[in-house]
Amino acid sequence: MSGDPASNGKAPAAAVGGLPASAAAGAAASAETSAVGSASPAHIGPPARALPGGGETRRHTLIAIVLDKPGVLNRVSSLMRARNFNIDSLAVSHTDQPDISRMTITLHGDDVAVEQAAKQLYRLIDVLKVQDVTSEATVDHELALVKIRATDSNRAEILTIVELSKGRVVDLSGESVIVEVTGTETEVDAFVALVRTYGIKELVRTGAVVMARGSASIEEATKR
Amino acid sequence: MTVTRGDTAKPPSPDARRSHVPGDGTAGAAAVEQARRAMLDDARPRRRTRIGADVVCEALIRQGVDVFFSYPGGVILPLYDVLGDYPEVRHILVRHEQGGAHAADGYARVTGKVGVCMGTSGPGATNLVTGIGTALLDSIPMVAITGNVPGVLIGKDAFQEIDINGITLPMTKHNYLVRNADDLPRVFAEAFHIARTGRPGPVHIDITKDALQQETNAEHPTEEQVIAGLPGFRPNMDANGRQLKVAAAEIAQAKRPVILAGHGILHAEAWDDLVAFAEKTQIPVAHTLLGIGAIPEDHPLSYGFMGMHGWKHVNRAIQSADLLIAIGMRFDDRVTGNVRTYAPYARIIHVDIDPAEIGKNVAVEVPIVGDAGRVLRALLPMVEAVDPAVRAPYFEELAEWRRDSEGSSWHGSGAWRDGLLSADYVVERIGELSNHQATYVADVGQNQMWLARYTGFRQPNSHVSSGGLGTMGFSVPAAMGAALGRPDRETWAITGDGGFQMTSQELMTLVADRIPVKIALLDNKKLGMIRQWQEIIYAGNYHSASLPGPDFAKLADAYGIPAFRAQSPDQVDDAIRAAQAVDGPALIWFEIAEEQNIFPMMPAGKGLSDLIEKWGGADE
Repeated sequence: MSGDPASNGKAPAAAVGGLPASAAAGAAASAETSAVGSASPAHIGPPARALPGGGETRRHTLIAIVLDKPGVLNRVSSLMRARNFNIDSLAVSHTDQPDISRMTITLHGDDVAVEQAAKQLYRLIDVLKVQDVTSEATVDHELALVKIRATDSNRAEILTIVELSKGRVVDLSGESVIVEVTGTETEVDAFVALVRTYGIKELVRTGAVVMARGSASIEEATKR
Repeated sequence: MTVTRGDTAKPPSPDARRSHVPGDGTAGAAAVEQARRAMLDDARPRRRTRIGADVVCEALIRQGVDVFFSYPGGVILPLYDVLGDYPEVRHILVRHEQGGAHAADGYARVTGKVGVCMGTSGPGATNLVTGIGTALLDSIPMVAITGNVPGVLIGKDAFQEIDINGITLPMTKHNYLVRNADDLPRVFAEAFHIARTGRPGPVHIDITKDALQQETNAEHPTEEQVIAGLPGFRPNMDANGRQLKVAAAEIAQAKRPVILAGHGILHAEAWDDLVAFAEKTQIPVAHTLLGIGAIPEDHPLSYGFMGMHGWKHVNRAIQSADLLIAIGMRFDDRVTGNVRTYAPYARIIHVDIDPAEIGKNVAVEVPIVGDAGRVLRALLPMVEAVDPAVRAPYFEELAEWRRDSEGSSWHGSGAWRDGLLSADYVVERIGELSNHQATYVADVGQNQMWLARYTGFRQPNSHVSSGGLGTMGFSVPAAMGAALGRPDRETWAITGDGGFQMTSQELMTLVADRIPVKIALLDNKKLGMIRQWQEIIYAGNYHSASLPGPDFAKLADAYGIPAFRAQSPDQVDDAIRAAQAVDGPALIWFEIAEEQNIFPMMPAGKGLSDLIEKWGGADE
């Protein structure tokens, strides 16, 4: 390469004295902080700037309170797709207020990425409130219907598992049973794993619906 | 008039006739058939009541729209039918809807008002899409209106039906599909409010043909009613006081601070606040591409244009800064390059009205959410006045870097280079001969960077450029809107031969509506930026970089536009003056050097410290 890149990155050591003390606590809308403050001597070279996020990925739960308008589900899902967030589950329903819907979105990402997702959701005109309840005490439930292959020889065995798992048989036929189970995602996962050996003909899950424990209400916070 | 029928065969008996109407006899089928017939029947009663189309015109007038850009088509005809009753709104008949959208964009950028464009359903609507996307990426307040097929035909793949609402959904701030005329007053009031409030952006309103034709008595809401009806839209205008204190403390301690001024300064009309703040704190101001005009470039504290093709001295200042005060900018990749190596010694205060911008591209120490003007006004009394003498060593170093940068061989007037005409020289002369008081509208590519670097901007909102989306073909139509928005200023469209050929149909609009845009066509017979990248990054594999064009003087002449030609440096001033003397649009065909590069250049993926300043033997 015959290029002649400039060598202007060599900041003189004198340039970086007296950096301000760390003072980024209590951010208004967000409080991403990074350890960029300390300067290295010039001969070592500048420290790499921290990128936003890059932290550990975990499952997050966002609750969004939205206006019940045509296309609002499309707006939310389109935004998540366009911004490269992968939704694990999405449950939508009415609330007690006639024109307000509630979405429970679970997704995997690091904290900063999910905060970014929440902020992007806020940009939608029809979104009233978004809350990441991942770190809060919550009731976290989903419902699954599982159509399990059943024969005369193993039906009793399946029913025992259903009973132990606090499931409920909602349909019984010669060759299958439909079982309804509710619980946390993990509990439903566990039940599905247990009955998989008998053969699952069909499986449908609602995705998690989540509500914070205690008397505080995300819905009340949006009331006009 | 006699009508002759070719078909003289006897018609079959009524009993033998079949109906092919799905669900014939039901109310739904009847509605569909009636709508189909209505699509072919635009007969208008002479005495008429208020219909949806009237509401649209009333709403435009209420919102202070004096001009809009549009193209007719089947389903938008009900609106055209009543337009004549509203002479207060000037209708510009563009030659392509994309031109209309860019014109609305250019109008919005120079006036700060909401630009309005309109088209019919289907292709009319999809033609607007590039312009809407351009407005979204640059946060331009715009309302785009389209007609759609009658409500009952939606979803039936009717003639010129496309799901335009689904198409614009991810590329607007908000969008609407209106199927009932009674909703039109509310929707229009909301759309304009959303487009201009907080971080501006485009809003799209799709209106079914029957909604335009329906009678309605619905009243226009007040601004208060509009706000009350949008509970999910409450932009945070004022900064958190605690954050301001933190910012003031950071500023007090900084030894090498730099202000990064972005487009948000212009949106907030905060240019005076910025200058006052910079002067009090004695902090140099660098600007982004769209932040051009936030501070006059001849101000002692204006340090210049940053980023990929920015000034080397500006990028050096950023790389050695201990504090960046970013205001109304979003750390775009063209500004930061590789984020890992970006401003490695700097703490960052980031002011933006959109919370989602903060922490999106770079991690920052002090986030401040608020309107740039309000934040600057709140911060001004909290910072101490700094004696310039305190910053003397810093300023001396900056001045030395600037001398070095401006003394580089690639800089400035290249008129002497082998007698060839260089683009930077042309742009410099246009800036000089218009006293830096015109509106300068860039296209995309090398011409855009030459314009940003060499025009010498003195006025806010005098620079119009498609920054985020980088839309070629932007210049001429955007200049059309800009000229109508600021008729008190001369308007220059400075474009390359590539972009010009994308939207040159609007030359006819310039002529027909007597819009006095001066077009500076920088013709290197190449896609210059493509050629430059292929030279430097793709080992000289010049596929599709050559772009033969027509005889541009003849082309302009065919439209009735006076054309001037300059092939050498000594012809430049005369050509510019001749174009300026024309009462109306004019074109100057500058045949510039074919292989001129724009330097410095930061290769994609590299950092601000990795600028390329020359390549091979060429260091233009």
